[in-house]
Amino acid sequence: MTQADLIVLDQVNKRYGEHHVLRDVNLTVRQGEVVVIIGPSGAGKSTLCRAINRLETIDSGVISVDGTPLPAEGRQLARLRAEVGMVFQSFNLFAHKTVLDNVVLGQVHVLRRPKDEAVRKAQELLDRVGIGGQAAKFPAQLSGGQQQRVAIARALAMDPKVILFDEPTSALDPEMVNEVLEVMTALARDGMTMVVVTHEMGFARRAADRVVFMADGEIVEQDTPDGFFGAPSSERAQSFLAKILTH
Amino acid sequence: MDALLIESDTVFAAFWMTVRLTAVSALGSLVLGVLLTAMRVAPLASLRGAASVYVSVARNTPLTLVLLFTGLGVGANLGVELSDDIATNNYWLAVIGLTAYTSAFVCEALRSGLNTVPVGQAEAARSLGLGFVKTLGLITLPQAFRSVVAPLGSIMIALTKNTTIALVVGVSEASVRMREMIETYGDQVIEIFFGFAAGFVLLCLPMGLAFGWLSRRMAVAR
Repeated sequence: MTQADLIVLDQVNKRYGEHHVLRDVNLTVRQGEVVVIIGPSGAGKSTLCRAINRLETIDSGVISVDGTPLPAEGRQLARLRAEVGMVFQSFNLFAHKTVLDNVVLGQVHVLRRPKDEAVRKAQELLDRVGIGGQAAKFPAQLSGGQQQRVAIARALAMDPKVILFDEPTSALDPEMVNEVLEVMTALARDGMTMVVVTHEMGFARRAADRVVFMADGEIVEQDTPDGFFGAPSSERAQSFLAKILTH
Repeated sequence: MDALLIESDTVFAAFWMTVRLTAVSALGSLVLGVLLTAMRVAPLASLRGAASVYVSVARNTPLTLVLLFTGLGVGANLGVELSDDIATNNYWLAVIGLTAYTSAFVCEALRSGLNTVPVGQAEAARSLGLGFVKTLGLITLPQAFRSVVAPLGSIMIALTKNTTIALVVGVSEASVRMREMIETYGDQVIEIFFGFAAGFVLLCLPMGLAFGWLSRRMAVAR
């Protein structure tokens, strides 16, 4: 898997006042790669994830997607965002639209696909994530796990080059976590480029090509799942893993 | 009750004018109100500032002054003619004044509605690649609108009653007819008052009920 670099972060810094949330972050995600970002709360994982499609601005450094540095606001940024899928912790399905319309909307209004083609694709994707039967319902009528699967279908409908997952299972009841992780694992297997911020270590071991460990706004170490979970090199990672794996 | 029965044709005609003023101004103020709301949340500071100044002025000026301004200022002084027919001209001047005034309240209602829409809705829209106008038009404003149907109803009921001030630009709506009838039928002042009051209640009560029903029906489940 020596493919092109899809996402490149070069010396990225961000501060919230005194709080330095991202410190000189360098990260490269290759095409088809699944990168899982883990680390303690407040490490800057979500900020990093959100910065990649500029839901968070950065103070210095460069973020490039597929060779193009992130544009400032405007049409070019909108076009780039259409190529970068995003799955949120709180799903953020459009509450006034049906499940089907949630998946159709972006295709019609951003990609300008004909309506019938968009509906067909949406139905196909909803079937793929196992919610084809719920297409006419509204988001509030679905369980959290189902909503998150719709959100994944909504992102996939745009044929994105990469999908960012910002703690996709953190807001779910425990029994619904697996249904979402299964969809994500299948995506990873199909070769989708993914950046996943998560606390699900099982998923990281199983699906990741690379694990990135962050703490205090820095990337402390990165390695293959076996390498990282088997023998973390940094003290921060060792103590983090000791804490989460002993209970 | 004699007077109201004898004059029922002109009373209905006067109330019909009230209904027309209300309906057209309501439509106008919804359109202008949406536009103002969009300006108030626009990425351009100049648009935000302009809309904010407009809303502050329109909302804090008495309606009588606004209508006198459209009637005397815009109509008589600046000589803006919207129709050859004086009555039609006055009607449109009144519509402009009522719309200018009411849209400020519509804007404030919609803006408070926007605040009830979780920020994640706009983030999800933007991350799909929707721009400012489409995010607002397809995602956030429709949800904001649904959450403020009831207050919009109150604004529309107020508008219905505010049309009585159109008399200052010479529009013969219900209250003008009432004054004329009181002069003609001085022995039936109380009956005439109650008759016209009942007319307004008959107009406004169903509006209140309809907006209440709509508000329950259109509520967004989260």
